[in-house]
Amino acid sequence: MRSVIFRAVAPFLTSLMVLFSIFVLLRGHNEPGGGFIGGLVAVSALAVYGIACGVETVRRAIYFHPMAIAGAGLFAATIAGLISMAARVPFMTGLWVYPSLLGVEVPLSTVMLFDCGVYLVVVGAISSIALSLEERGGE
Amino acid sequence: MAVSTSPLADLSAALVLEPVAAADWLVILPVAWCLAFGALLVMLRRPIGLHPFIAVAGLAGLVVIDGLLLQHVIANGPVTMVMGRWLPPFGIAFTVDLTGALFALVASIVAFAGGIYSLADINDSGRRYGFYPFLMLLMAGVSGAFLTGDIFNLYVWFEVLLISSFGLIVLGSEREQIDGAVKYGFLNLVATTLFLIATGYLYASFGTLNMADIARKAEGLRGTAPLMTLTTLFLLAFGMKAAAFPVNFWLPASYHTPRVVVSALFAGLLTKVGIYALIRVTVMLLPLEREELSFVIAAVGALTMLVGVFGALAQSDFRRMLGYLVISGIGSILAGIAVGGPGGIGGAIFYALHSMLVMTALYFASGVAAKLGGSFSLSSLAGLYRRHVGFAAISLMLAFAVSGLPPFSGFWPKVMLVKAALDIGAWWLAAALLVTGFLTTIATGRFFLLAYWRDAAEGEGATAEARIPAVILLPLAALTLLTLGIGLYPEPLLSTIQNAAAGLSEPSSYLNSVFPGAAR
Amino acid sequence: MEAWFALLVGIFFTVAIYLLLSKYIIRVLLGVAILGNAVNLLIFTGGRLTRGVPPVIPEGADALSGPAANALPQALILTAIVISFSFFAFLLVLAWRAYEDLLTDNTDEMRVAEPEEEPAPPLGY
Repeated sequence: MRSVIFRAVAPFLTSLMVLFSIFVLLRGHNEPGGGFIGGLVAVSALAVYGIACGVETVRRAIYFHPMAIAGAGLFAATIAGLISMAARVPFMTGLWVYPSLLGVEVPLSTVMLFDCGVYLVVVGAISSIALSLEERGGE
Repeated sequence: MAVSTSPLADLSAALVLEPVAAADWLVILPVAWCLAFGALLVMLRRPIGLHPFIAVAGLAGLVVIDGLLLQHVIANGPVTMVMGRWLPPFGIAFTVDLTGALFALVASIVAFAGGIYSLADINDSGRRYGFYPFLMLLMAGVSGAFLTGDIFNLYVWFEVLLISSFGLIVLGSEREQIDGAVKYGFLNLVATTLFLIATGYLYASFGTLNMADIARKAEGLRGTAPLMTLTTLFLLAFGMKAAAFPVNFWLPASYHTPRVVVSALFAGLLTKVGIYALIRVTVMLLPLEREELSFVIAAVGALTMLVGVFGALAQSDFRRMLGYLVISGIGSILAGIAVGGPGGIGGAIFYALHSMLVMTALYFASGVAAKLGGSFSLSSLAGLYRRHVGFAAISLMLAFAVSGLPPFSGFWPKVMLVKAALDIGAWWLAAALLVTGFLTTIATGRFFLLAYWRDAAEGEGATAEARIPAVILLPLAALTLLTLGIGLYPEPLLSTIQNAAAGLSEPSSYLNSVFPGAAR
Repeated sequence: MEAWFALLVGIFFTVAIYLLLSKYIIRVLLGVAILGNAVNLLIFTGGRLTRGVPPVIPEGADALSGPAANALPQALILTAIVISFSFFAFLLVLAWRAYEDLLTDNTDEMRVAEPEEEPAPPLGY
C-alpha cells in the first residue's frame, strides 16, 4: 500500500502487536489467552507489516521460512510431552520448576513450552498462507 | 499465576500418582516419534538431500518401537497411558490391545517399505514439496488412530492422517492428480464429518468419550439411548472411509492418480484405518447392535466384494485395477465383521493385515511394471516376463496372494472367513467369498497373461530401462517374502490374531487396563 | 430451548445436504462449510444447554461452587472448528486449482482421472 502514513506507522504497530501477542501467550495459563490466540495476533501483525512494506520485507524480517517456524513449534510441543518421561509421569503431564531470577521467582513449565509450541505452529502455518495470499494479490 | 503451594484436595481421586514404568511409554512413543521426526523434517528446509535418510531412519525406528510394543502387549496384556496424569475417563487414554498393536506394526512395516521405495520414486521437487514430512505426519496419524483409546481422539488422528494424505495426493500437481484429489478430498471430508456427527450423538447419550467407559456403559443404556442410530452412523462413516460398496466411488477415482509410492501407502494404510475403527466400534463398543445389523453388513460386504472384483475385471489400467481389488478386499473384511465370533473377527483382522502388505506390494509392482514397460495401460504394456524374469515371478506370487491361493498369506484368512460363514449357515456369504476369489484369479491372470507373457511389439518399449534399481526391488521382494512366510508358517500370527479377536469380543482385560479394579 | 436448537440444526443439515448434492464444486464447498457448522451446533446442543458460569474454580477453593457450564463440548467444538477451517481452506485452494487446470467447476466434466473413452484392451493373447 502506498500510503506514507501507514508505512511510517506500520513498524511500530507491528512491534506493538507482536509484543501484545507474547503478553497474550504468557497470560494464557490461568486467564483467557494462550498460544492459539496469541499466534493469531502475531500473524495479523505480520500481515499488517506485509500490506505496508511488501511481503519480501516480512520474509526477511522473520528470517526463517514460515513452515520451518511451524515445524519448530510442533517439535517444541512434542518435546514438552516427552520431558515427562524423565520424571516418570505420563505423557503431557505438566511439570513446573521455579528458578529464581534476580530475586524473582519465575514459574516455568512444560505446559508453557507446549503453549509456545502452539503459538509457533499457528504463527508459522497461518503466516505462510497469509503471505502467499498477499503475494498473489500484489501481482 | 501458579505458585508453589501444596494442593488442598485429595489428588488420588483425580490423578495417576504411581510412577509410570518405562515400558508403558511404548504406548505413546510411536505417535510422539513420528511427530518429532515430522517436525524435524519440516524445520530442515535447506538440506533437502538429507530428508530421505532421516525419514527412512525414523520409519525403521518406528518398526522397532511397534515391534517392542507388540511384544509388550503379548506378554502383559493391554497397556494404558493417560495423558497428563488425569485418571480415565477424564484424561485422554491411549490403550493398546493386541489388535491395535498388530495393526500398528504392520502399518509401520508398510510405511518403512514405502520409505525405501520412495528413494527412487520421489525426486528433488517432490522432496522440496514436503513428501517426507507429510509421510511422517501421516504415520503419526495412522499410529495414533490404531493406539488411541478415546473416540474423539480417534477423530483427531483421522483428521491428522487425512490432512497429510491431502498433501501427498496433490504431490506433483498434474491435472489428473488435481481431478482425483477433488473427489478424494470432498468425499473423505464428508465421511469424517459423519464420524463427528456420530461422535456428537455418542457423547450426548453416554456423557463420555473413553472407549472402555463406553463399553462399560453400553449395557445400561440399551433401553434409553438411540444406540442403533449411532451404530448405523458409525457404519456409514467408517464404511465410507474404507470404501464399502454404496460409498466406494471416491477410491477408484483417485487412487491411481498420485505417485506410485503414495498410492501404495494409501492402499496399505488409509482404508485399513477405517476398517480398524469399524472393528473397534462395532465389535468392542456396541456388540449387540452389530449383531442386529449383521445382515446389513453382510450384504454390504458381499456387494462390495463383487462390485470390486467386477470393476477389476473391466479395467485395462494396472493401477485402476488395483484400486478395485482394494475395494474387493474391504468386502471380505466386512463379511468377517458381519459373521462375528472368533472365526469371523479373527478372519477380518487377518485379512486386513494381509491386505495391507499385499496391496502395497502390488502397487509397487505396478510402478516397476510402468518403469519396465513404459505405461500402466494394458494396451501398451507387454513382454514384461521377457524383460525381467525375477520381477514376473514376484508379480505372480502377489497375484496368487491377492486371490487367496495357497501358499500365500491370503489363503488362511479366506479359509477362516468361509468356514465362519458356513458355521452360521450364511452359505451365500461363503459363496460370495469363493466367487470373489475365483474372479480375482481371473482378473489378475488376465493381466498377467497380457502384460507379462504377451510379446512386446517390435521396437516398442525399447526406450524403457531394463534394469530396476535395488531400492525399488528390495521392498517389493521383502513384502512378497513376508506374505509367503505368513502363508507357509501362519501359526504364530494366527494364534496372536485369535487372541486379539477374543480380546475384542470379551474386552474385560481392556477394561481392566483402563480402570484397574473397577471393571466387572 | 433444546427443541429450537434441534430445529436449527435440522435446518443447517437440510441446507448443507442440498448444497452437497449440487454438481458445481463451489456450492459443494459451501455445503461442506455449513455441514461443519451444523455438526458443531449439534455437539453443542448434545452437551446440554445450561446458563451456567464458566467452570473455573475460584481462588482458594478446591471445587466448583455451583452448577457450571460443561467445558467438554466446547473443547470438542473448538477442535472441530480449527480442523474444519483448515480443511475448508485446503479445499478452497484445491477447487481454485481445479478450476484453473481443468477449466470447469462442474463435476460432471471432471473426467481427467477417469476418461470416458479409453483405448480398448487387447482382446486376444
